[in-house]
Amino acid sequence: MALHRGRGFAAVNYPIGMNLGGDPSQALVHANPDGKFTVTLSSIDLGQGMKSVVRQIAAETLGVPVEDVYVDTADSDTGPHCMGSFASRGTHRVGNAVIQAAQEARAILLEAAAEELEVDAADLVTDGEGNIHVRGTPARTITVMAAAQAAQFRQGRTIAGRGIFLIPLSDVDPETGEMTPVSCFAHAAMLVEVEVDDETGEVRVLDMKSAYEVGRALNPKLVEQQLRGGAWMGMSHALWETTEPCYPDRSHRPVDFTHYLMPGPGDLAPHHISILERPAPDGPYGGKGPGEMCANPVLPAVVNAIYDAVGVRIDELPATPEKILRALKAQGGARPKRRL
Amino acid sequence: MPKKPITFVLNGAERAAFADPGQNLLDFLRRGVGDLTPKYGCGQGGCGACTVLLDGEPVLACLTLAEAVEGRRVDTVAGLGGPAPHPLQEAFMAHFAAQCGYCTPGMLMSAKALLDRNPRPTREEVIEAISGNLCRCTGYEPIIAAILSAAASGARP
Repeated sequence: MALHRGRGFAAVNYPIGMNLGGDPSQALVHANPDGKFTVTLSSIDLGQGMKSVVRQIAAETLGVPVEDVYVDTADSDTGPHCMGSFASRGTHRVGNAVIQAAQEARAILLEAAAEELEVDAADLVTDGEGNIHVRGTPARTITVMAAAQAAQFRQGRTIAGRGIFLIPLSDVDPETGEMTPVSCFAHAAMLVEVEVDDETGEVRVLDMKSAYEVGRALNPKLVEQQLRGGAWMGMSHALWETTEPCYPDRSHRPVDFTHYLMPGPGDLAPHHISILERPAPDGPYGGKGPGEMCANPVLPAVVNAIYDAVGVRIDELPATPEKILRALKAQGGARPKRRL
Repeated sequence: MPKKPITFVLNGAERAAFADPGQNLLDFLRRGVGDLTPKYGCGQGGCGACTVLLDGEPVLACLTLAEAVEGRRVDTVAGLGGPAPHPLQEAFMAHFAAQCGYCTPGMLMSAKALLDRNPRPTREEVIEAISGNLCRCTGYEPIIAAILSAAASGARP
């Protein structure tokens, strides 16, 4: 009886978003009389950072401080339509919609400012700190707040913008089978090292080394955190989480956290992450989406590492001790592929 | 069965409220007293989201009878920090230790209990201290880093 070490590798090509009947998201942006902006969405921030990223994108496009943007999410009664926060689509789809909406709002903001300054709107620039001035003549200036108030109370003008980003439905070509369901792919590669106990069937992940290509990392700390937490979840899917087996029948299935197992803080493996930034041509400021593909490569990498360690192929997840012991028994014991 | 009056100290202030017989502390705090910071995760001691301090010791509020806190001191996240966030809360923000945030109140109270009795814990001691708190989002690493960082800063209001 022994502990066997193995290494496994996996790489994934991850499509951003889905395309079942077309994949749209909408955004609305409007200025308030205090010169601050509201972005209205039906998209949900469930902890992944949608609000933070949308706020950055809107501020960047409007040319105002990020503090001056409020993002109102997740009310489909009052917000414009969004397909939802899934398939790693939020940053890409919603971000693009927000850019379009913010561009429209920005153009009207500059028109309002131009009327106050008695100049051509095409000559105006924003400084990102709440001011608008004539290009090359910083003294000819008006604050965003003053422009917004002028629009509201003097000019009778709404500073608002509408945005939609749509990946249209892509039908399958009946002749070739060809289709273009998505426009943007993120990529990941991962090397995992495991230790398999051939007596108990337990697998311990010892180390993870990964490279994730995410387009531009619009918020680097959020990206890193998503990758770290997501890879942990991938490890959990690979080795822990299951509602099976249910001895002796399904009524005995896990119903709570004491039976539905996940790795705890004591089961962590060091995870060395490289973030590669290859800005996407159709992404908002080059962003793709690190959402789900952070978890995906861990699963095949772990089962490949198990194969490397003891020579058994686990083709049904998670790779529980029971499955590994049954496979080892069928194989007649551990057959390490190579000695590490 | 009649309700039972419970008098205890919540986050430094004396409080009194009625508890139903057999009511657990989590339900009592949330519905009886109105402190919504301890979270209901599993209701059976599996997840740690409801962790509060009872006379300084971390307990699972869902497994503690409300009547057990009579005359005792209960601390929740609502009492952490003053006008400024507690150093642990600052560290959780700085290290991105919350994503959905549901586990965070329990994590903070487990961490506070650790630092109160062991101001300079090792990584292993931090892991042990939060081993009863489940987190679905972060992969724990940022939480461990935040607690170690708060310990290293030495601030203890």
